[in-house]
Amino acid sequence: MTNYRVIFDITRTHLLSRIKQSGVAALGVTFGIGMFITMIGFMTGLNGLLDGLILNRTPHIHIYNEIEPSEAQPVDLLTDFSQSFNVVSSIKPKQSQVRIHNALPLISQLKKDERVKGVTPQVNANVFYLAGSIQINGMITGINVLDELDLFNFGDYIVEGKPKDLIKNNKGILLGSGIATKMSVTIGDRIQVKSANGSIIPLKIVGIFQSGLAEVDKVQSYVNLKTAQQLQGGGNDYISDINVKLWDMELAPKMSKEISSQHKLTAIDIKTANAQFDTGSSVRNLITYVVSITLLTVAGFGIYNILNMLIYEKMNDIAILKATGFSGNDVKLIFMSQAILIGLVGGTLGLLLGLTGSFIIDQIPFNTAGLPTIKTYPITYDYKYYLIGISFALVSTFLAGYLPAKKAEKIDPVDIIRGQ
Amino acid sequence: MSKVLEARNIQKHFHFPVDFHVLKDISFSIEHGEFVSIMGKSGCGKSTLLYILSTMDTDYEGELFLDEKLITDNSANELARLRNEKIGFVFQFHYLLPEFTVLDNVMLPARKLGKKSFDEIREDALDKLRLLDIYDQAHKKATMISGGQKQRVAIARALINDPVIIMGDEPTGNLDSKNSDTVFNIFRDLSKEKNFSLLVVTHDQDFADKTDRIIEMGDGRIISA
Ligand SMILES: Nc1ncnc2c1ncn2[C@@H]1O[C@H](COP(=O)(O)OP(=O)(O)O)[C@@H](O)[C@H]1O
Ligand SMILES: [Mg+2]
Repeated sequence: MTNYRVIFDITRTHLLSRIKQSGVAALGVTFGIGMFITMIGFMTGLNGLLDGLILNRTPHIHIYNEIEPSEAQPVDLLTDFSQSFNVVSSIKPKQSQVRIHNALPLISQLKKDERVKGVTPQVNANVFYLAGSIQINGMITGINVLDELDLFNFGDYIVEGKPKDLIKNNKGILLGSGIATKMSVTIGDRIQVKSANGSIIPLKIVGIFQSGLAEVDKVQSYVNLKTAQQLQGGGNDYISDINVKLWDMELAPKMSKEISSQHKLTAIDIKTANAQFDTGSSVRNLITYVVSITLLTVAGFGIYNILNMLIYEKMNDIAILKATGFSGNDVKLIFMSQAILIGLVGGTLGLLLGLTGSFIIDQIPFNTAGLPTIKTYPITYDYKYYLIGISFALVSTFLAGYLPAKKAEKIDPVDIIRGQ
Repeated sequence: MSKVLEARNIQKHFHFPVDFHVLKDISFSIEHGEFVSIMGKSGCGKSTLLYILSTMDTDYEGELFLDEKLITDNSANELARLRNEKIGFVFQFHYLLPEFTVLDNVMLPARKLGKKSFDEIREDALDKLRLLDIYDQAHKKATMISGGQKQRVAIARALINDPVIIMGDEPTGNLDSKNSDTVFNIFRDLSKEKNFSLLVVTHDQDFADKTDRIIEMGDGRIISA
């Protein structure tokens, strides 16, 4: 039977009577945990930002109709020539439509698939932007605004105006920032757009779009799906691209193969499109963990050292406690609880330090053309990291306290008393 | 009369640096309420014997009875418990916990025992301090009092759980004659008035002469008891 209150009173007295040493030990933990929280928050924030830059706005599967020459030429179909070596020069792709044949049934089929989080159609159209006498070559994509907002964080790239304004306004356009500068127009102005087949449509600028990639912003604009279909002279089943977002990105390669083989369409998955991306993310995480564990290990050695010293100083006390009937286990508990208390106090302060550090970084201005809506350094405040931090503080102080406490448990009081 | 402590054929060897037969066939017992002293030349094994009797040293042969129960093969935890509840030990050097107050030092063994509430233990401890005439020092740090006072605090601590026997290893060896008289008189009173059993190692012939019985040791044996 152990009376924990008396154990705790001894622990407290030991810690308080050498508050400086206990404080230094706790500060070691505080620093380690604080750094861990700040670094991991910053690193995951940065990762999230880069994910946002590439992964969030990239469809997991992009389906379209590639214009390419047929693999099989008419001569191949003739049995007469099947044994001979046929040379056909100057092969041109067949004059065919860019639109996806039977797009609507395909979309509803995809929507039913339980791996799929969302599907959104697009209509791409090559256009000229007309401003007075100038004509600027460009590209307009008709989108389903709500889907794009929902699935691909479309709102992050609208620097002026609101994307929802586009829904209400079938004659509205979200103009690329590069085009807006070139044509020196701004929100509220009107421009004209000329499609490939010659029809001219007047549109009102409801917002400015900036992807962060200058090449894109110089040509790309967005309109409603319906507007783009009109521009292409097609009905509401005219769809040139289908973007799919899955619940689990890992399934994309397999699913894109299924789609391209079943529907004779080109389907590109995100893994193939951004193969190098994954590696960067995981290497950054790895570095964060390595640095944090190093810091915490150093803090752990600090605690180990201090408890070891304390136990040498406290040999007499240990002997008295044992002589008056405290068991080895009680003595071990006294020193373990000192270690854990140092871990708990140091760790909690570490979480606060980490939070403060995160908060400070969160205030530092960070402007990048790539992410127009981001104004300060990205930081993640994920409670999971705080849990990991405090757990690590407790585990490392526990380990650091264990060996010295074990030693205290083993001390033979007779050796100490005789030694006097 | 019951025996509070009995040793039967106790043998002890030290193995390092060379084999050394330090206690040779020690047998004796102490009756309830007796005040017994152990005398003998320096190095004859008195302290070694006392560490065995107080259950701190378990590396011996033979049998040890406390309160008429064999405790030789008890586990370390059971022995700690017995030490806590039934044995009060007073060292030559007044071992107190330096960061605690006098009162806390006296209370600790009772708080470990956990049989009484904190307030009851506090009252008991103050009573013991009053008994030993150091009540006024109760709230001082243990390091802030004199040697004689420390020894009286150590005795108060030894008494706190009302043990069946109090052992002392030269408890007056480090005190001047005035203080050592005080400590002796305390032991005398504890034996006469409170009927405690005491076993005290001493070098002081006058001290020993005033106890009920002297156990004379020489070269690891009991010469006379
Ligand atoms: N740990 C030890 N290892 C070896 N010999 C020891 C040890 N402790 C004590 N001794 C020897 O045992 C003998 C008895 O010691 P002790 O019991 O302390 O004598 P005393 O009667 O003076 O209290 C002494 O000769 C001492 O040198
Ligand atoms: Mg001795």
